[in-house]
Amino acid sequence: MTRKEVVQQCRDLVDLLPGEALAEARKKHPDVGGFGVFPVYAPVEVIHAAGLMPVGLFGAGDKIELSHAESRFQSFICSIAKSTLELFLRDDMKDFEGVVFSSICDVARNLSSLVTRNAPDLYIEYLHMPQNMYSGETLNYARAEFERFRTKLSQRVGRPITDEAICESLVLYNEVRALVRRLYSHRKLHPTSIAAADVYAVVQAGTRMMPEDYAPMLRDLCDEVEATEVKPRDGVRIVLEGAFCEQPPIGLIDVIEAGGCIVQDDDLMIGWRLFDHDVESNGDPLAALSQAYVSSSVYTSVRHDVDKPRADGLVVRMKQSGAEAVLFAPAKFCEPALLDYVLFRQKLEEDDVPHLKIEYEEKMWTFEATRTEIETFAESMLFD
Amino acid sequence: MRTTVSNDKDYRGNVHELSRNIMTDWMGQLKDATQNPVPSAYLMISGNCVEILRCFDILPVFPEINALQLAIRKNSLPYIIKSEEIGYASDNCAYVKADIGFTMCGGVGKEGTIPKPSIIVCNFVGCNVYIKWFEHCAQMMDVPMIMLDIPFLREDAPSKADIAYVVCQLRELITRCEELTGKKFDIDRLREILRYSARAEDGWSRAKELCKNRPTPYDAYFDSINMMGPINALRGTKEAADFFDATVKEYEKMVADGIGVLDDERFRVVFEGPPPYPYYRNFRNLFEAWGAVSVQSTYSTVGGTWEFGFRHDADHPLETIAEQMIVHNLCNRSMLERYKQIRTYVEDWSADALVIHSIKSCRLFSAGQGDMREYFTKELGIPTLMVESDLEDPRYYAEAQMKNRIDAFFESLQYKRLRQGEEAART
Repeated sequence: MTRKEVVQQCRDLVDLLPGEALAEARKKHPDVGGFGVFPVYAPVEVIHAAGLMPVGLFGAGDKIELSHAESRFQSFICSIAKSTLELFLRDDMKDFEGVVFSSICDVARNLSSLVTRNAPDLYIEYLHMPQNMYSGETLNYARAEFERFRTKLSQRVGRPITDEAICESLVLYNEVRALVRRLYSHRKLHPTSIAAADVYAVVQAGTRMMPEDYAPMLRDLCDEVEATEVKPRDGVRIVLEGAFCEQPPIGLIDVIEAGGCIVQDDDLMIGWRLFDHDVESNGDPLAALSQAYVSSSVYTSVRHDVDKPRADGLVVRMKQSGAEAVLFAPAKFCEPALLDYVLFRQKLEEDDVPHLKIEYEEKMWTFEATRTEIETFAESMLFD
Repeated sequence: MRTTVSNDKDYRGNVHELSRNIMTDWMGQLKDATQNPVPSAYLMISGNCVEILRCFDILPVFPEINALQLAIRKNSLPYIIKSEEIGYASDNCAYVKADIGFTMCGGVGKEGTIPKPSIIVCNFVGCNVYIKWFEHCAQMMDVPMIMLDIPFLREDAPSKADIAYVVCQLRELITRCEELTGKKFDIDRLREILRYSARAEDGWSRAKELCKNRPTPYDAYFDSINMMGPINALRGTKEAADFFDATVKEYEKMVADGIGVLDDERFRVVFEGPPPYPYYRNFRNLFEAWGAVSVQSTYSTVGGTWEFGFRHDADHPLETIAEQMIVHNLCNRSMLERYKQIRTYVEDWSADALVIHSIKSCRLFSAGQGDMREYFTKELGIPTLMVESDLEDPRYYAEAQMKNRIDAFFESLQYKRLRQGEEAART
């Protein structure tokens, strides 16, 4: 596929609701079931090995009206929680076998309870991912948690989920993650080779396709992007930080670049590209996934690592990507991102790194005020 | 109909005095430790393992209690604003902001009232904000942080792997405590401490049980604060165990004499959610004006759900601590488990209604309480009132609006009762 075709297909796909994306996949895989993956991370290989398509469940953006969920969640709760619940209350998720949530924040945990009560026919799982990376039992615990998920998912679909099947899925997702790393690596060197909004759409589309279909498409894209002659342009080279759960509207990403910033790296959909190298696909796959989560995860706001403070991770991300500033983009009411902002900001001010904070909501549709802020920020740096 | 209560209403009684005395002693120890340092540790309230610290004579320090006291003394707002100046959002937990602001202003350390801790023990039991809060404290004060990751209760019972993970971390904590204090772990001492814990837990349960009586001897929401300090912060001490013996004696006598906390108990309610500490008395008065008293509350069980039978078991010290941390406290249980807990309270404590106090700061409590209201009102037919403010930030408390909602709710309950009485008289 050409780059243009890939990007267009991905943009079309991310414009669909999760159920519609599943229906799209079923055109090619008529028997495949769907399984929602709420941010940030879940072992998608286990889901795929069960014969299901893992579908990133990033709320519903501005695509639906909130008719019921507003009365279940208060005004100070993030949009993604409300629109995700609304999808279940509207019965939009009826073709899914279930959804997996994890211990990212208090809202996500309560959301999993509400979905359990309001969608009694679905299998709703809540994974408690380890927060102590250095205990003598951490790996055993993590493996047991993945095993628990495998067992219950297997009961739900009525067939075994074998180690062999998970290893095969690991190979596929390793390939996908490696291609995404390749795309990101190229962008760090040649950030103007592809629009940030295109990268965003392409990576998000990967959460809505079977990995076997997605990988060839992504490879085609990488090949063409790498072969593209790059025309540098002026702009403030930034890392986008804080958008690891609720995803911004694609228009916001456009505005960031139009406002004079060049995105060198970001944490968008970070859970789907969490590992900095391939996961071992020979042997015990659940042990390998546990090891990867504990030892090979990039930093995120939802994973504590007592020896690796996130602020240090941000500085490394900046240096490795060649960024000169940070654009914080927490979703409105996102407690983990808003709390992390304090320590990030402190660290950047110690290091004299310029930064700007813009809050967004998934359903945001006018960007003029944000654009003005970004332009002012960029101009203050470019003409300093 | 009287719908106001005098602001000088005195809710204090013997239990309040006893609680104040032992908590003041503990706070005196904290203050002393600012000048004469002793090993001390930050710890969170919910599902805590204070017994292990006590075993090494490590002074436990609870930033949540600090935040609570700032709020109830109406001192929280300047500290919240101080934190917002360095980047905390208006949407962040105000407990965190008040405590951090207080620390920034010198409240912790030699010039303050709270000692700088030797270690920070992050008992991550349910509340994700705990992790961030303690990361910030560790960073600000340059104090080592120990993570105790407690798996959320996501099945009916914890798995063997859950227990093994927590017990292993407790052993690792013990090693760190040995290193910090130079003292060897003494399991017999831990057993003795756990026996004091169990005695206090017996008293807690018995006191809660007494609220099944009509009239209830104390308000299980507003007055439970007198028991929450001793059970959560001082658990494992003889003083706390003695306190609960005395508390039970006091409340049993009130029950025997037919004395209630209110002169005229007209409505029995269950409270869900933390109280608005900056306006504690005002808020309470809005309910008392209607003769409404709380017979049970979820907030009082953040540290432990002792009234459902769990007791620390001195014969299995680490396993029992692990079990309490995972299973037997509100924070580490799901919303749906909380629905069950409230339903039991309403039925077994003979409540007329549920009152949900939804607070912005604590999403663990509040996120999704609209669904809770839906469930109790529509599926169980239990009258439910939901009001919003905050437990720490006074800016979110609107007294007039709050009063209107509460008055309207009890007026309708009263009307319903009158109608039912008339109908009963007709038939």
